[in-house]
Amino acid sequence: MPSSELWAVDLFGRVFTLSTAGQQWELCRDAQLEFKRVSAAAPCCWGIACDNQVYVRVGASDVPIRCREEAYENQRWNPVGGFCEALLPSDRWPWSDVSGLQHRPLDGVALPSPHWEWESDWYVDENFGGEPTEKGGWTYAIDFPHTYTRDKKWNSCVRRRRWTRYRRYKSRDTWAKIPSEDDPQQLPDPFSDLSLGGWEITDEPVGHLSVWAVSLQGKVWYREDVSHSNPEGSSWSLVDTPGEAVQISCGPHDLLWVSLWEGQALVREGINRNNPKGSSWSVVEPPTSENGILHVSAGVGVVWAVTKDRKVWFRRGVNSHNPCGTSWIEMVGEMMMVNVGLNDQVWGIGWTDRALYFRHGVTQSELSGKTWKAIVAGRECDGSRAGSLSSLLSAGCFFGDEVRGGGESCVPSDSEAERPGPDPERDVEVAGPASAPAELPWTNIDLKEPKKGPSHAAADFPEATNLSSLALLPLGLEEPDSADCHALWAWVSGGGCAVEAHTTLKWFTAHSGLPASMQMLSLPITPAQTAAWRKQIFQQLTERTQRELENFRHYEQAVEQSVWVKTGALQWWCDWKPHKWVDVRVALEQFTGHDGVRDSILFIYYMVHEEKKYIHVFLNEVTALVPVLNEAKHSFAVYTPERTRQRWPVRLAAATEQDMSDWLALLNLCCCESRRVHGRPSPQAIWSVTCKGDIFVSEPSPDLEAPERWLPCDQMFWRQMGGHLRVVEANSRGVVWGIGYDHTAWVYTGGYGGGCFQGLASSTSNIYTQSDVKCVYIYENQRWNPVTGYTSRGLPTDRYMWSDATGLQECTKASTKPPSLQWAWVSDWFVDFSVPGGTDQEGWQYASDFPALYHGHKTMKDFVRRRCWTRKCKLVTSGPWLEVAPIALGDVSIIPEIPGAHGSGPGIALWAVSDKGDVLCRLGVCELNPAGSSWLHVGTDQPFASVSIGGCYQVWAVARDGSAFYRGSVSPSKPAGLGHRRQSPGEPKPEPGNCVSPHGCAAPGAHGAGLGLWHRGGLGSPVRPGQCHQGPQELVPGDGRQAERGAGPPQWALEGGRCPAGDPQSCLLLRPLPLTWSRCDAGFEGPRLMQAFLSRAVLVLNVLKRGSQEWYLQAQIRDWGGNLA
Amino acid sequence: MTDDKDVLRDVWFGRIPTCFTLYQDEITEREAEPYYLLLPRVSYLTLVTDKVKKHFEKVMRQEDISEILFEYEGTPLKWHYPIGLLFDLLASSSALPWNITVHFKSFPEKDLLHCPSKDVIEAHFMSCVKEADALKHKSQVINEMQKKDHKQLWMGLQNDRFDQFWAINQKLMEYPAEENGFRYIPFRIYQTTTEWPFIRQLFRPVATDGQLHTLGDLLKEVCPSAVAPEDGEKKNQVMIHGIEPVLETALQWLREHLSHPDNFLHIRIIPQPAD
Repeated sequence: MPSSELWAVDLFGRVFTLSTAGQQWELCRDAQLEFKRVSAAAPCCWGIACDNQVYVRVGASDVPIRCREEAYENQRWNPVGGFCEALLPSDRWPWSDVSGLQHRPLDGVALPSPHWEWESDWYVDENFGGEPTEKGGWTYAIDFPHTYTRDKKWNSCVRRRRWTRYRRYKSRDTWAKIPSEDDPQQLPDPFSDLSLGGWEITDEPVGHLSVWAVSLQGKVWYREDVSHSNPEGSSWSLVDTPGEAVQISCGPHDLLWVSLWEGQALVREGINRNNPKGSSWSVVEPPTSENGILHVSAGVGVVWAVTKDRKVWFRRGVNSHNPCGTSWIEMVGEMMMVNVGLNDQVWGIGWTDRALYFRHGVTQSELSGKTWKAIVAGRECDGSRAGSLSSLLSAGCFFGDEVRGGGESCVPSDSEAERPGPDPERDVEVAGPASAPAELPWTNIDLKEPKKGPSHAAADFPEATNLSSLALLPLGLEEPDSADCHALWAWVSGGGCAVEAHTTLKWFTAHSGLPASMQMLSLPITPAQTAAWRKQIFQQLTERTQRELENFRHYEQAVEQSVWVKTGALQWWCDWKPHKWVDVRVALEQFTGHDGVRDSILFIYYMVHEEKKYIHVFLNEVTALVPVLNEAKHSFAVYTPERTRQRWPVRLAAATEQDMSDWLALLNLCCCESRRVHGRPSPQAIWSVTCKGDIFVSEPSPDLEAPERWLPCDQMFWRQMGGHLRVVEANSRGVVWGIGYDHTAWVYTGGYGGGCFQGLASSTSNIYTQSDVKCVYIYENQRWNPVTGYTSRGLPTDRYMWSDATGLQECTKASTKPPSLQWAWVSDWFVDFSVPGGTDQEGWQYASDFPALYHGHKTMKDFVRRRCWTRKCKLVTSGPWLEVAPIALGDVSIIPEIPGAHGSGPGIALWAVSDKGDVLCRLGVCELNPAGSSWLHVGTDQPFASVSIGGCYQVWAVARDGSAFYRGSVSPSKPAGLGHRRQSPGEPKPEPGNCVSPHGCAAPGAHGAGLGLWHRGGLGSPVRPGQCHQGPQELVPGDGRQAERGAGPPQWALEGGRCPAGDPQSCLLLRPLPLTWSRCDAGFEGPRLMQAFLSRAVLVLNVLKRGSQEWYLQAQIRDWGGNLA
Repeated sequence: MTDDKDVLRDVWFGRIPTCFTLYQDEITEREAEPYYLLLPRVSYLTLVTDKVKKHFEKVMRQEDISEILFEYEGTPLKWHYPIGLLFDLLASSSALPWNITVHFKSFPEKDLLHCPSKDVIEAHFMSCVKEADALKHKSQVINEMQKKDHKQLWMGLQNDRFDQFWAINQKLMEYPAEENGFRYIPFRIYQTTTEWPFIRQLFRPVATDGQLHTLGDLLKEVCPSAVAPEDGEKKNQVMIHGIEPVLETALQWLREHLSHPDNFLHIRIIPQPAD
């Protein structure tokens, strides 16, 4: 669980953050500004400062916010000069945007605000649709506008090329002023409240954010175009309201509530993906007519409110379909304000004590929570508070200059006048709109009349609210000393603060400690592990054993090893037809062999025709124990080489999850014991994940690579590790990284066990909670008929109207369950717009018939349509994994060990591609700190999909459009290398969509002879590339196992690639998605790129024994020559 | 990095090489050969000495055979103390193997409990486990266990099956994540110099300020005489399982890793040997 932050403003206008992992408030250091209100989301925080300007603070990150500007250069051929800029009068501009309608000279493209900077100069994009163009990046057509092609033909009369340039957002981790509107007519009056939300309306990668604000005149404004790549947005637009608004709150999804001067609340209806501003307002009356609503706060499925009598109310029945909810429920407590954050968690500021409260016990089933719990975390600046206060009160010219100076750096000089320093004039101006209490300049409120303030404020309460920090200031000054131990808060925002049911917070006890930011991002080491006493105990125990046993080993043991039998009742999926679950008695007999190794046999006793029979399994033959969790049964499969060949594992089911875990853990322990495997896996261990996300490790034997004795992976022993991953990547120095289905990056901590392996099967430390989220997809299918148009009535021959992707299985919203009992739904069904081929506004895709190619717009020939519905489910488990926050990854690759480089200690090169397509290089990765320290962003001119680093620092990558890149000059001293060089034409060009047919290819000229590239086959090309998370049966067509969920042999996904042990033809891939490469020709020299696949290829190769691939495998093995040991 | 789990194994598989000889005054039919055995440190004498008993009974006259008892340098050995503790208390500075004298006569009624059968050992063992859990979890864990779990604990000890025993015992070692340890640390401190057989008191693993207590804190609290003054010479030897943990060792960790199977931390304090 990564830490996230709660934002709050105290009565002095200082902004603090409190980490979910921390125990102490941290001051936003660089803020010379005082703030009235802030509203946070995960990536950024918006605030209204006391100069009434709006500021945005985008958190620092290793990945820059980049935006591509592009312009097209258009030319026409004429017989005299060939292609030149002289266009026909009717033509477009010589320099234009992509449509040709807008004039766009290169020097006319300006940065949108002072917070951006250019990354490089303009350059020609020589890439067209994933393929390199011949010269200068020109693409040709008969005329504008037309379809452009790479090739110049006889009839190519016009040509164009694209110039691109990246700009980068530079004002990170600092308050950046939102530029004011140039046009005074458009200028909104000062804002009094602001709220962020809406990031869950649209698909995640878009990074859309809705920013709503209320101005002092009670108008509601919406900031256009705020997204991850445009953190500032473009302009304010007015949204008409039926009354004067006081305060506004936008939930993460589609809830928007506004409180009005008159005491009612307004609810925005019709907010959706296509219309984030919504369409209409409806009015919700306050709980009691005499006390109107003062403050509202909306979450995903809840709304909380505070009325003028400070009572707290919870709105029942709020959801997307009914944003108004049904009724008010009064809650305990008197609050000044409440704020709903992520996961519908709630924070509030107490009315009387101005303390910050957290609503304890809010869960999906109990959204109203249990109690208010005071947050008593300390503040790092408590000691210096008095000092800062006095400097604030004196407001000397030094202070003023500094602010002004600071402002100049980020504000154009022409707006200087709008942005006065903190002089008395400004203070009056700030206070102007408020009534009586505000007449006192806020920096000069008399310390001696504290009592007057609050009573006054209470009397004029509605007026006071929009300047709450101002009106409430007297309270804060009442007892300046007591504030040290008890902070007084004005505003809180939990929009960026992820608290879940299982999160343990340390906010509720006062502790002095390091603020969270001071803690290193590295594996936490508990004091017990480093303490000298622990080392001493280990040493003494070894000495004791030496002393007391060394000379006496020939003595007889007092207790003879005996056979130990554990028995139990399980269910067994019987071997013959009709297959069904039968009740069996099982007995595990453990005995000590002659060589002192324990061995075990599992007996399964069953009854057939009233005759007692049994089968048995020698545990030293077991190759894997795989949990098979489906909708109803807690079962597991026992694989032996023989059983794998028969594709029929022994399947056993237990009555309860606990029972299953006990058996699984015990059997695993016995297997490990008989194979003498225990403790953490060795650095050379081979890691793999199954299609279900289970993680397995195998210890390579020293002669694993000997050509004459290769051990097929179905004969190796695979031991399960806790956790859930989509991709796992290891190098031979014990650095292991994984990526979850939700793109979270995880690093291996050195522990073992976790998940269902508890107690002895698990290491004491280094086991952490891990969660993963994946999506389940179903399809709504419709057929057109002339009378009623599209309806959900198909032809009798049609697929189910609610089906899976193939159309073969019926999947309705109600009947579709999470993939197994481990998973729980965490969202409702929503339409997925990100399907390949595009969709229309409602998510529909059209085709002439089922099944066919679908496209995103309706044509005359289309008679059927479908749309994809998605629902997220989540699994919480544990394992030896720690999250590497905060950047989500799509792919990761670690440099394989260079023979002979042991102990020399350079950092281990690790490359990754973020889920947004940024190429990243991890710095500081070494054995002691496998998580590394930070990401180094490697600039690219397009989003990437996959990266792979081989021995000798050769970095290859594939862009999303399918083009291949090689990065030169990567070395330990220059971890990011020099630049991605596009491969020459002639190399394989995967088509967009990442499905290619298997083929060998010519060697690219770039890297000498023989570095051939080879692409994976179209292994049952995933139904939906990029989203093939739906288990093995969909992915291996013709497998005949559709009906038998997970009953087949283990579906090894080698480092993410699938390699079904029984189906060699379908494992021509090293990694599944997105594409990556290995090599194909036998003539390559040297084990260079090979080493990239050292740990994984062993497996791939060994199962690829049949058919035409054999020569290839052996060639590879020969090249390896024992690098592994 | 060595894992803490290895400590559990090391503790469990601790062995003391022992030489059993028959007391010289016992009347035998023929000469009694000494008997050599590796005794598990964590077990009980009468539980693991079936072979010894059989060996000496062979040379004894039938009518002289009665309850076996063991003695070391004149001290009768209490079977209800773990073997390792007995060794550390009485013989830790002597040479190995440990020479134990076997008696069949003159049972010292006032020093020893009778041990007519293994059921008695089981009862003693289980009562220790229960007492320890009362201190740790208000008996909640042990009471939630089934009878067969209790049996498995006992059978694990009796058959010297580490995994059989720990499969159950680890549940007794768990504590809620929000707390830093058990309610109280079940411990017993044995001193050869005092009259009392051992000290036991209520002691929390975590101080009121949230700091983890150390072994030194415990000793200072319950047995101040054992702790040397800051500047003074070390007068006493604090030993657990034949090793001497430093006083800075976290008590909760000790408790989880160096407890005996009966779930108690048996701490032995004897005067520092002269050398």
